[in-house]
Amino acid sequence: MFEIVDKKVLAPNIKWIRVKAPLVTKNAKAGQFIVLRLHEKGERIPLTLFKWHKEDGTIELVFQEVGKTTYELGSYEPGDKIMDIVGPLGKPTHIENYGTAIVVSGGVGAPIGYAVTRALKEAGNHVVSIIGFRNKQYVILEDEFRKVSDELLITTDDGSYVRKGFTTDVLKEYLANGGKADYVFTVGPVIMMKLIADITRKYGIKTDASLNPIMVDGTGMCGACRVTVGGEIKFACVDGPDFDAHQVNFDELLTRLTEYREEERLAMDRYVKGVH
Amino acid sequence: MAKPIKKKRIAVPEQDPKARIHNFDEVALGYTFELAKEEASRCLQCPYNFAPCIKGCPVNVNIPGFIKKILEEDIKGALEVIHETNSLPGITGRVCPQEEQCEMNCVMGKLGDKVNIGKLERFVADYAREHGIMPETKIAPKNGKKVAIVGSGPSGLTAASDLIKMGYDVTVYEALHEPGGVLIYGIPEFRLPKDIVKYEVKYLKMLGAKIETNVVIGKTLSLYDLTKEYDAVFLGTGAGTPKFLNLPGVNCKGIYSANEFLTRINLMKAYKFPEYDTPIKVGKRLAVIGAGNVAMDAARSALRVGFEEVYILYRRTREYMTARQEEIHHAEEEGVKFMFLVSPVEFIGDENCNVKVVKLIMNKLGEPDLSGRRRPEPIPGSEFALEVDAVVFAIGQRPNKVLYQEVPELKTTKWGTLVVDEKYRTTMPGVFAGGDAVRGEATVVLAMGDGKRAAKAIDEYIRTGEWPKEINQKTF
Repeated sequence: MFEIVDKKVLAPNIKWIRVKAPLVTKNAKAGQFIVLRLHEKGERIPLTLFKWHKEDGTIELVFQEVGKTTYELGSYEPGDKIMDIVGPLGKPTHIENYGTAIVVSGGVGAPIGYAVTRALKEAGNHVVSIIGFRNKQYVILEDEFRKVSDELLITTDDGSYVRKGFTTDVLKEYLANGGKADYVFTVGPVIMMKLIADITRKYGIKTDASLNPIMVDGTGMCGACRVTVGGEIKFACVDGPDFDAHQVNFDELLTRLTEYREEERLAMDRYVKGVH
Repeated sequence: MAKPIKKKRIAVPEQDPKARIHNFDEVALGYTFELAKEEASRCLQCPYNFAPCIKGCPVNVNIPGFIKKILEEDIKGALEVIHETNSLPGITGRVCPQEEQCEMNCVMGKLGDKVNIGKLERFVADYAREHGIMPETKIAPKNGKKVAIVGSGPSGLTAASDLIKMGYDVTVYEALHEPGGVLIYGIPEFRLPKDIVKYEVKYLKMLGAKIETNVVIGKTLSLYDLTKEYDAVFLGTGAGTPKFLNLPGVNCKGIYSANEFLTRINLMKAYKFPEYDTPIKVGKRLAVIGAGNVAMDAARSALRVGFEEVYILYRRTREYMTARQEEIHHAEEEGVKFMFLVSPVEFIGDENCNVKVVKLIMNKLGEPDLSGRRRPEPIPGSEFALEVDAVVFAIGQRPNKVLYQEVPELKTTKWGTLVVDEKYRTTMPGVFAGGDAVRGEATVVLAMGDGKRAAKAIDEYIRTGEWPKEINQKTF
């Protein structure tokens, strides 16, 4: 059992929790994730690792309530326990000193974007963080990003905070104005990652995307998370979650993510009605 | 005193096929005490040194010995005889391919039906479990040495049990949230009730084994973390990575590996969705590609979750199917349809990319391949379409490479299996391996046999400290 020791609401339906999971902290690195199961009847879902602390054996997770399991997790309070947590899973993001590195994060991709930004910064990169949110209410982790970025460019879809536009607009402008970029890392909505990849492809900038397909075990056993990269079948949980963004079939990923839409709705309705 | 020979096997009561395809309860109901005694009385009691059944058993259970105890109505005695070499009788009694092993050369076969050894073993385990009968187990005094077992499937559980009895301090690491490996995520409830696996795991814990779930060796802890902390390590990591055919449309929705399909159903209880959170999509027609035991498990599970029509699609002919006779027979009884000499060439989805059609090509059998089986050869122009709502790939698995990725010292074969010698020693000193991780894909009992022999080799290594300069690769 894994105890929640702290909790905050960061934005509407976006929550931050700190959980005791000492073994996970031992070898965790930026870009990795965990799989959790809330209780005996729970499903296994992947969540990205935001921060981890060997000193006190806790991990920090940020998640958006989108379905039954995340809403239920959102209802847990400090002192409550999560039945199973396994991790760190996936390959860590490849970190080296590229020179200037751009990290483009959208929405709840921000926690992993933060972890990668920090690692790139520690490796000596000049890091430019581009973070985008729906509107002012949904802006999260701004202070955290500021601490580990050399430049921080924030945008909101509706212009209610800092500026109006998508992260793609910001990246386009940055590059058009002669901004330096030796490496780009992107994480967030699939459409966003696809468009970011389209932009950097034109400039020939090496770009990795952190993918978020449906997973069951998260250890390479089931293949639910398979994605097509450069025409080959890859398992995001063990071969990824990061892949060369210029090689990923994002359209297929987008489709595969909708596989259980109906069942997710059914489970959610049932949860809201209090049948559980 | 000569006794009359009973030529016919005592039938094992089974759930009616029409009823059982609507539930996940066990198909074979097992012998009652009376029926078990009757079947036991058919055994000719071949002497220990001759009995072909003992020789045919990968863990050499003293079969005439335990059968005699059943006749004497001494179930505890029978259980103890089995436990001398097999600590998981409730499992092997159900999933072993007895017809190719112990029962194959049963002398009764010359006079009539072979003795139903599997079901007798199962009876002993079940009766003991239901009546709280435990074997007297001799456990050597603790020797202060520690062994880590990676993977809690059949090879790991067997190695753990034997090492505990030798006095070792044993910790078993399991990646999933539940111990049992393939016994839990793979083999369906109707063939091996999960309570039986849980009982065997509980027994192992009672003997003193520590079982750490939710730990992925290679991720949570590295193999080096283990070799530092333990005197020896046994890798029983199985063959858990599913194979797909990279055909057009293979990533359409509704196409699963058997592992995913079975894991959702067995481990995650998707058949109880939405009471349980993990869903499974149910449509009208499902096609399973492959014809091994896993394929039969997937096909029969599909019927139980509500698919109306289930096909097994196999590229060779009936006689080449690798599944056990009993599984094929049960699948047929339940209405699974078989299509032979067909191979998929393409999957076609609807506008939302839900699989709707599998395009198949007809084969003819050509010359035998390396396995001695005649190779299927596609017949040009013979393509046809089969409408489906779901497809399950059951064409085999490879060992999971997560563990080995960052351990260059561990040599693997071109099939991804670990290189070991006849004492199950890998190319990394102090590290042993067995089961599907070294065999590719085999059976539960072969994995148990490996676990047993590896436990002996581990004991020898820890006592002597001897490790060869070179590992002479054993072929399985």
